Amino acid sequence: MTSESIVVEGLTRRYGDVVALRGLSFEVRPGEIVGFLGPNGAGKSTTMKILTGYLSATEGEARVAGLSVREDSEAVREKIGYLPENVPLYEEMIVHDYLRFVAEIRGVARARRSDRIMEVGRLTGLTHMLGRTISELSKGYRQRVGLAQAIIHEPEVLILDEPTTGLDPNQIVEIRDVIKSIGQEKTIIFSTHILQEVTAVCDRIIIINRGELVADGTLEELEDRMSELRPGLIVGFDGEAGGELREFLEALPGVTEVTEVTGRVASFLVIADDDEEVRKALIEAEAESPRGLVELRRAEASLEAIFRLFTADTEGEEATEEESAAAEHEHEEEEEEEKESADG
Amino acid sequence: MDKIFFVMKRELGTYFNSPVAYIVVILFLVITGALFWLSFFQEISVVSMRGFFDQAPLFLAFFAPAVTMGLFATERRSGTLELLMTMPISNFQIVSGKFLAALVLLGVVFVMTLPYPYTLSVLGDLDWGAVAAGYVGLMLLGGAYAAIGLLASSFTRDQVVAILVAFSICFFLYLIDQLVSQPTGTMAQVVEYISTSYHFQNIARGVLDTRNVVYYLSVIGLCLVWTTLSIGARRW
Repeated sequence: MTSESIVVEGLTRRYGDVVALRGLSFEVRPGEIVGFLGPNGAGKSTTMKILTGYLSATEGEARVAGLSVREDSEAVREKIGYLPENVPLYEEMIVHDYLRFVAEIRGVARARRSDRIMEVGRLTGLTHMLGRTISELSKGYRQRVGLAQAIIHEPEVLILDEPTTGLDPNQIVEIRDVIKSIGQEKTIIFSTHILQEVTAVCDRIIIINRGELVADGTLEELEDRMSELRPGLIVGFDGEAGGELREFLEALPGVTEVTEVTGRVASFLVIADDDEEVRKALIEAEAESPRGLVELRRAEASLEAIFRLFTADTEGEEATEEESAAAEHEHEEEEEEEKESADG
Repeated sequence: MDKIFFVMKRELGTYFNSPVAYIVVILFLVITGALFWLSFFQEISVVSMRGFFDQAPLFLAFFAPAVTMGLFATERRSGTLELLMTMPISNFQIVSGKFLAALVLLGVVFVMTLPYPYTLSVLGDLDWGAVAAGYVGLMLLGGAYAAIGLLASSFTRDQVVAILVAFSICFFLYLIDQLVSQPTGTMAQVVEYISTSYHFQNIARGVLDTRNVVYYLSVIGLCLVWTTLSIGARRW
């Protein structure tokens, strides 16, 4: 037995010749809310499908609550709640009947079913919608039904595949709050490419790209790593940006790169081996500056920057044909599914 | 067992909440009813259900696939099958539940044809034993066609493809002994053995032979197992 809620070891998944996951490994501790980040086609959905037992791994091992997804598939499925991308629901059913059906299949004891339906209805804000037909619901409410079915049997682990995609900003905030309140007692792993979501909800972030782990840590840890990897200073001058400002900055000792950044003032991102050295040199040299120095600060390691930094290779020439094919394959599949769900 | 029942219950609810079930039931009753009463008035001296039992299998070859066409195809299309398969229920339980739902719907249709033999029995001396055997035969045949329809439905996301494939198979199995003119020897045996109508004729005559029953049950079993493998193909 292990104390980890989710253990993924060397997970590889091929679709024919196409490789969607290549030796992915990570662990999630009980009670953690983990944001699973990556560009389209990174393998997020594939990983989640393997964790839920819907897909098999070509190689490697996945364990949920100490049980092997491969060997104890049914036992694992009792312990997880899963919300697939695009929230597939039985359109013609009434919300209440649907939740009852899920409770039955998920093995909620007969005596507790009605209580659980009311309970998850309250938790997800569906109480007034229980009598509606699912096809009549707005996207936000459909998402709530999807969440409600995933938690009705009080699973230890929740797997949510892009739970906020396609919602309006208010709905996103509401669904996030629901996830947060559920997350107080459960392990949650959810995928997203909305980066603010991760900062708003998650304890930890896992970033994958092309089927490989590129980053794993808390938001703070990743920000630290970011500043180690790419130190930079934002230097702003009074007035318009001009060549002489750039030359002035480039002449400072230790400066390796100067890029203009857009801002209200003439701002530059200065990359150097040692930020502090440049900072000192800049202040000493201020008198010689062509314009007045109005801003000097450390460049922020925004999540966008982290994301770009860790997944930057995607567009690069390093991408082999096979890899881009893998990304494309998954992407196409997603699109196809989206199209079809839109048709239906 | 419980879970099979829950799946069946949900499917039946879906049937009776959508127009499909009603259209299928009404069409089946209208067509078989029209033919039944037509022959009833033509051969009013014959108190027998043979006419009905001779024709029903042909319509069943179309109606059973109509009942089953959406069972997997719509779930594949909407993605609900993925969600269902990640719940603690085995693939075979899912398949069985859906199959039973189709069987129950066909059973309801057959029950609604009971006024035909009842009318006959009022008018003359009806052999209820033969009628009972005929209905058992209809259920077996309906089950076999439904199982074929379920299998076809599990292959595709498109209901139309599902019904066409299933109908083609059912129709082929229905006609095969007539397609081959004057079969002889082994060929004849093979053709007769796989023909659904050959087995049905025996039962409709009032003879419930184990061989015929075994034939239908094996078609059902084979198709259900194959369907289970078909929906699980993505899993391992």
